[in-house]
Amino acid sequence: MTQPVSNCPNCGAKIVFQWSSSVQTVCQYCKSILVRTDVDLKKVGQVADLPPDSSPIQLNTEGIYRNRAFVVGGRILYEYDQGGWNEWHFTMNDGTSGWLSDAQNEFAISFASNIPGLPAADQMKVGQQYTWNNQNYTVSAITPAHYRGVEGELPFQYWDKTDVTFADLRSQTGKFATLDFGDDQPALYLGEFVEFDDLKLKNLRSFEGW
Amino acid sequence: MSAGTPPLSTPPKPQAKALNCPQCGAAITLRALGHAETVVCESCHSILDAKDPNLQILQKFEAVTGEVRPLIPLGTRGKLRGTDYEVIGFQRRSITVEGIRYSWHEYVLFNPYKAIRYLTEYNGHWNDISVCKELPVVQFAAANYLGEVYKHFQSSDATTNFVLGEFPWQVRVGEHAAVTEYVKPPRVLSAEKTADEVTWSLGEYMYGADIWKSFNLPGNPPEAVGVYENQPSPVSENVKGIWGAFLAFAIFLLVLMAGFDLASSKGTAFESTYSLNSGEPKGEASFVTQPFDLEGRTSNVEVATSANVSNSWIYLNYALINQDTGQAWDFGREVSYYYGSDSDGSWSEGSTKDSVVIPSVPAGHYYLRIEPEVDPKHPPISYSVQVKRDVPVLGFFGIAFFALLLPAIAITWRSISFERARWSESDHPPMQIGNTE
Repeated sequence: MTQPVSNCPNCGAKIVFQWSSSVQTVCQYCKSILVRTDVDLKKVGQVADLPPDSSPIQLNTEGIYRNRAFVVGGRILYEYDQGGWNEWHFTMNDGTSGWLSDAQNEFAISFASNIPGLPAADQMKVGQQYTWNNQNYTVSAITPAHYRGVEGELPFQYWDKTDVTFADLRSQTGKFATLDFGDDQPALYLGEFVEFDDLKLKNLRSFEGW
Repeated sequence: MSAGTPPLSTPPKPQAKALNCPQCGAAITLRALGHAETVVCESCHSILDAKDPNLQILQKFEAVTGEVRPLIPLGTRGKLRGTDYEVIGFQRRSITVEGIRYSWHEYVLFNPYKAIRYLTEYNGHWNDISVCKELPVVQFAAANYLGEVYKHFQSSDATTNFVLGEFPWQVRVGEHAAVTEYVKPPRVLSAEKTADEVTWSLGEYMYGADIWKSFNLPGNPPEAVGVYENQPSPVSENVKGIWGAFLAFAIFLLVLMAGFDLASSKGTAFESTYSLNSGEPKGEASFVTQPFDLEGRTSNVEVATSANVSNSWIYLNYALINQDTGQAWDFGREVSYYYGSDSDGSWSEGSTKDSVVIPSVPAGHYYLRIEPEVDPKHPPISYSVQVKRDVPVLGFFGIAFFALLLPAIAITWRSISFERARWSESDHPPMQIGNTE
């Protein structure tokens, strides 16, 4: 992504917003504190612009998970009342489709599961335990969220989705599960938390000064 | 691209305007940019929505407790565990225990590639905190995390009292979370529970000096007050070590003692019994014994005296004299034994036996000169004198033993005191044993 360039409304000097999602900078010449006013977060009835977010992942980011290479092809940006997170969709060489979620740089990789008999949203409570594939999971968070934006290629249509409830589950071994209650049938994704460094990511976003 | 996905257009040229707090007009600085959900005006403490360029005021609060300045200024960068972080947010939270409010500070650490970390500070005690990926298992008053057992320390209700800067989530003054803490120094495991979420995090104790070094801060960190819940004990580490050393040394001493004991000849060189009738002796009464031989290497000599004193005493002036060289060792010994009973019961003092060791006596022909002194009105006394060559001296070993035992006890005591101080602040205070300050 390119760094947005503008001019200082105060002195006319060239202004470079360090990150594409920067909403604020300081004019190097006149020291005015400047804020972007073109980031409209209040568009209704359409897919919104991607609000400023600073995930280090971007389209075409490549990585390695369990000795298999993957490429990021798209993402969904979710927002809830406390903030937001990204679900980056990736594909592996053999066509396997998976998700790399980035919640404040806490990364998890998960894959869609077709386990039947999933609980309904109104049955979920924090602290409840479930067993899938002989693995115990405990509900750690229930999050009513909504789609904030999409980018690139996704394995499904998203148009009819606005608000969606998620249940996040964790295990004693770092496994991770998420239940997506956006459709008639809940969708289960199973995976695990991963260390940023272990994914050996390439084509990352660069952040000036870091 | 799948059907129906609109192409993402290249971003238009950004439009900029100077940013000021809508409440007081002061300049606002955003540091973590896209990560920030909330920004607090440093001038008037209005909480502003960082995502909204118009900086709609979300909440305003009164800083009732006066000014709270972050010890690490917002925007400071430092290196923690090999990663660069920038301090972007600051909050004060508190718990109330038995009517007393305890406040601590939390700093939000940001790196665009790494998970958010937090630093907490309470009374000069620091913790480096990160969110747990694995879920701990809670059993009774303990939590098991990655194979280690953390003991329950405290359950409390934490309230946010003050916020400054930027946060990766929407923070509000007045927010509550049920916090349960488990400790295994130098680490602390805590669960923060709200209605929708349980977040586990792991903290590791840090010294202020290390924080100051990491963030290149001027001056000195505030001095740590008291003992913190997961502060590593400065002595606990040494307790096992010193007892191990003590045990090893005690065994060494025992072997050494046994060796000396076997090597000693302990031969009796001279033995004789004398008696004094009542009223004897009159005036000077010194006499000399039969000569005897002290053999072998230059070694010690034990002179043992026993007397049938009973509520009486005898004092013996001795001289061990070398017949060949005339060299003499003069010494005096008292044997006294008293007993009786009073309002406190029966008592006794002294002994009917006495022994003294003379070191470094060369081999040769010797005799003893003995001069007894007694009470003029004494009953008949019989006393015997025994001279032994080359006896093992166990007293030295006793001194070495205690020289080792005392520091071991002292360190153990300090360790116990430290742990008592730690747990006295917990939900499980130790029982009072006598006077503890």
